[in-house]
Amino acid sequence: MTRRVVITGIGVRTPGGDGTKAFWKLLTSGRTATRRLSFFDPSRYRSQVAAEADFDPVHEGLSPLEIRRMDRASQFAVVCARDAISDSGLQFETFDPGRVGVSLGSAVAAATSLEQEYLVLSDSGRNWLVDHASLSPHMFDYLAPSAMPAEVAWTVAAEGPVTMVSNGCTSGIDSVGHACQVIREGSADVMLAGASDTPITPIVVASFDAIKATTARNDDPEHASRPFDRTRNGFVLAEGAAMFVLEDHEHARRRGAHIYAEITGYAARCNAYHMTGLKPDGREMAEAIRVALDESRIDPTDIDYINAHGSGTKQNDRHETAAYKRSLGAHAYRAPVSSIKSMVGHSLGAIGSIEIAACALAIENGVIPPTANLHEADPECDLDYVPRTAREKHLRSVLTVGSGFGGFQSAMVLRQAGGARA
Amino acid sequence: MPQMTLDDLRRLLIECAGETDDDSLSGDILDKDFTSLGYDSLAMLETAARITTDYGVPVPDDRIPELTTPRAVLDLVNTAANTSS
Amino acid sequence: MTRQREAVLVTGIGLLAPNGAGLERYWAAVLEGRSGIGELTRFDAARYPVRLAGQIDAFDAAEHLPSRLLPQTDVSTRYALVAADWALADAKIGTDDFDDYEKGVVTANASGGFEFTHREFHKLWSQGPGAVSVYESYAWFYAVNTGQISLRNGLRGPGSALVAEQAGGLDALGHARRTVLRGTPMVVTGGVDSALDPWGWVAQISGGRLSTATDPSRAYLPFDAHARGYVPGEGGAILVVESAGAAARRGAPHVYGEIAGYATTFDPPPGSPRPPGLRRAAELALADAGMAPDDIDVVFADASGVPDLDRAEAEAVSGLFGPRGVPVTAPKTLTGRLYAGGGPVDVCAALLSFRDAVIPPTAGTTEVPEDYRIDLVRGAPRPGPVSSALVLARGKWGFNSAVVVRAVPAP
Repeated sequence: MTRRVVITGIGVRTPGGDGTKAFWKLLTSGRTATRRLSFFDPSRYRSQVAAEADFDPVHEGLSPLEIRRMDRASQFAVVCARDAISDSGLQFETFDPGRVGVSLGSAVAAATSLEQEYLVLSDSGRNWLVDHASLSPHMFDYLAPSAMPAEVAWTVAAEGPVTMVSNGCTSGIDSVGHACQVIREGSADVMLAGASDTPITPIVVASFDAIKATTARNDDPEHASRPFDRTRNGFVLAEGAAMFVLEDHEHARRRGAHIYAEITGYAARCNAYHMTGLKPDGREMAEAIRVALDESRIDPTDIDYINAHGSGTKQNDRHETAAYKRSLGAHAYRAPVSSIKSMVGHSLGAIGSIEIAACALAIENGVIPPTANLHEADPECDLDYVPRTAREKHLRSVLTVGSGFGGFQSAMVLRQAGGARA
Repeated sequence: MPQMTLDDLRRLLIECAGETDDDSLSGDILDKDFTSLGYDSLAMLETAARITTDYGVPVPDDRIPELTTPRAVLDLVNTAANTSS
Repeated sequence: MTRQREAVLVTGIGLLAPNGAGLERYWAAVLEGRSGIGELTRFDAARYPVRLAGQIDAFDAAEHLPSRLLPQTDVSTRYALVAADWALADAKIGTDDFDDYEKGVVTANASGGFEFTHREFHKLWSQGPGAVSVYESYAWFYAVNTGQISLRNGLRGPGSALVAEQAGGLDALGHARRTVLRGTPMVVTGGVDSALDPWGWVAQISGGRLSTATDPSRAYLPFDAHARGYVPGEGGAILVVESAGAAARRGAPHVYGEIAGYATTFDPPPGSPRPPGLRRAAELALADAGMAPDDIDVVFADASGVPDLDRAEAEAVSGLFGPRGVPVTAPKTLTGRLYAGGGPVDVCAALLSFRDAVIPPTAGTTEVPEDYRIDLVRGAPRPGPVSSALVLARGKWGFNSAVVVRAVPAP
């Protein structure tokens, strides 16, 4: 009998969402949390818009010791993990720690701390032979970020499988998929799964500037993230995190846990086409979708809502529109599609998990978050993208997808708990 | 601002994006399409950025897709060089 | 009812180590005791308190790759691509053997493309944002080797990149096996790391575990009474793994062995009275392989070289196998610790120990404390039949991974 995996706890920190409730309120309001980049002076950069979280580590309950040693991305992950744990009601102390694991996604891990350290060690870029005398003891952890998943493991003293899944912009969906596989095969009963990225730092902004992937709509930051819109011109760099308590379904049921949703299918493929470019036909994303549906034992027509990758670049939004048509046929025109990146920006490795949270909450509340800033769709994007206003709809089966540099294409299906399997 | 020769451009392209093995940059390539020479949009973005840093010629976003051949690039750089005081 | 799982076999290997570029060169060096550790030559390291590293010299990956890949790849990615080329050639994967979706990629990475990103940081801060390369958007992130290997070889199955410092390489092999068992017949897997630029170097120093000894032959002495840390190195190994059915169907030219079992555990938090998780990882991997400790012919140790960690590993091994109950070795003293590359290289050494019926020694270590109660193979290689091995790797902050490999009888 194959084990089933359910979500019993959620913790989220996003721009405009300093908790799961605030996050959901933002999404359903259709308001955006994108603004002029303020973490450093953006005037020499091409893209000067970002989606920044107003995150106060002290206010979030982190100790001075934790704040000193943890990179910002770790701080987000730990805070979200603690929220998810509390939300789940699971008494971890009563658990065999060997049956609890962690699967944490992140694309650029400690990038923020790396840059801060670099400025000190190199004397603001003057010295290639950096100075070791002013080394932070945590520099090793910024180079080799195994401390990030360790910090999450320590929140519950987990001793089971602990991993960091770092697949670029699909890290957040892949880390959760990975956790599902670990539970299904019987190596753990509970996994803290999710992702975190805090990439708003000069090197990352500059690297996306170089390939012109981020928006340069600097005169109108609130409306700069415009997935599927004809006037879209790139994504808005963001930070954020989402963590889940994933549980074996039987275990959750026995303890009477509140179940947000079941993860019924997950698949990942690579496009082996280009490290950053996308073929217009969406072939490999379509295949990932097909396999995720297959694993869930549902048909395309069962999909009630598609949470898009919808980064807002010219090529992505066309690519995934093609992928939906290819995999779902005529139903691609019937299923509502929306991109929450329109509101919380693109937090690279974290966003996949944040989008899973949005899907779980959408199922729970029977509401589809809109695609903000969508006024006039690109003629090549001709589906129902739920423009600007949230929509009530009973949701039984939801599809979420991700796409990332390196050719990663991922898809996941979430279903309402208690929904009958075919 | 300095002038750019075809050899300068060859060197720059190789620095930015290597070269395809069949030695496609030799001979008369002035009017050959960059795609046919093996240089994709990423390579051209990098080349455009280097034109700005090495030759002081700004290349607006909408000009980049127009730089389809070596001749177009040399015209851009050398026209700017000629008109600078 | 437990479903009989199909065997997951290793059919191709590409390896790059400081003491040998190529699997057989590495193995010959290991058996002859030739070390790849020496003074850092990548940059002027005179000012730094630690100057010994395992460097891959006399091998320029650039000569083995198309020039168009060079501006966009860190040295670690170049190594990974070359190793993958060699592994796929070794396995003689034919163009029609698999559909593109039937071929996956799972690699491990500890530090990403660090030298590349250091150069970009340097350009950003010394010249300005406009100087940052288009390739920075993907040349340094941890998934780069998976992405580039997938792209170069048309592998469109599931792809993943795992980060767990030195444990990650075994995690990659374990996940590759999981991926095969879940239905992808062939997976390219392994790990490669390199962080031998000045910033990567001082970052490694800050970890507090590097040996400060200046004599290359006495710097990295795991399980020795005089152990005082490790020497870092660069390199790693890429393996082709495939289901036994797939290997048979396409007529794979050779099989090195089977990845029979895998498990990973995590240590209790610092300060906890509970025991570390290495022994449990080994037990779970054995159980996964359906084997008992008695069935194991050799243990390739994590061999951290830090006394407390050596003691903990010795305790785990002697506890599981009994005092001096199994030969233990660490050929990694000749290469240094290779981070994500370490576990895969050890697995390759284990596979060759099956083929050549010999256990490589742990060069350098001479005086093992009595109370470690382990049979550490020292001095000369130890001949004798070897058909199963337990490979261990630990990652900083508490990761413990274990892989069981065993020989596959010739048909």
